[in-house]
Amino acid sequence: MLVAVIVFPGTNCEIDTKYAFEKLGQSVTLVFHKEEQLPQGTDLVVLPGGFSHGDYLRSAAIAKFSPIMKTVIAFANAGGRVLGICNGFQMLLEAHLLPGAMKRNENVHFISKFQHLKVINNNNTFLKKCAVGSLLNVPIAHGEGSYYIDQEGLNQLYANEQVLLTYCDELGGAENPNGSVDAIACICNKAKNVFGLMPHPERAIETILGSDDGVKMLEGFIN
Amino acid sequence: MKVIVNIQLKDGVLDPQGKAVHHALTSLKFNEVNNVRIGKQIILDVDTSDIHTAQQRVETMCEELLANTVIENYTIEFPTC
Repeated sequence: MLVAVIVFPGTNCEIDTKYAFEKLGQSVTLVFHKEEQLPQGTDLVVLPGGFSHGDYLRSAAIAKFSPIMKTVIAFANAGGRVLGICNGFQMLLEAHLLPGAMKRNENVHFISKFQHLKVINNNNTFLKKCAVGSLLNVPIAHGEGSYYIDQEGLNQLYANEQVLLTYCDELGGAENPNGSVDAIACICNKAKNVFGLMPHPERAIETILGSDDGVKMLEGFIN
Repeated sequence: MKVIVNIQLKDGVLDPQGKAVHHALTSLKFNEVNNVRIGKQIILDVDTSDIHTAQQRVETMCEELLANTVIENYTIEFPTC
């Protein structure tokens, strides 16, 4: 599988993301945002975490106008698989590839810690190796991660099995670190080829570093 | 021409910054404050003298970039000075 990881000015998770997919035996190419084409044969586009364009105006507000994004949007609309992690999730929202918007964390602090997540739905490529109801321990690191969607949009997300992960405590009980609607941490689009999440699976790849729960998440993309 | 764009979170969308500042004002004994909402102001210098054209162009700027209309409202002002 060929993974294209897009690098914007201010992106800082591209090397971790490359490392994670290479550890899983995949080929990874870093693609600068000024490029207009994806590498031939790209199977998965990853929009990695970071602070693209300094988070000026709003997180990821400017990234959607980078030359490569036109191609990424066309790729996604043609059924290509796209994963947005953290800042990448914010880009997918700003580019309207996913519904809703991201707000400042409810406590107005930047939160950086390990966080438990509950698998709500695995009827999709990304989480097919994770059992529904099981818990994952994955780092979060964001200041604007409070997911917002109106009630009608939320109903549609549930109706179409688009809510994939929620934040929870270590026993699976209610916990909401950033004030997201229904503690949502990960969603996908209706066609289930575009995925966005605030947690960083690429930082949960080695048990020696606290968790390797990210492996079974990212493995979902590998046939 | 000077154009001022004010961007606010929509009513009903929780404003955590406003809430934190309200809390701080209350702890400073400014108890008369009922509510605080924080937005942002963008001041543009637009190369046109036609207010109608400016209004249309700046609206498009707001829709495409300056505001996220999922959670934010915007107003456009033409200050007289």
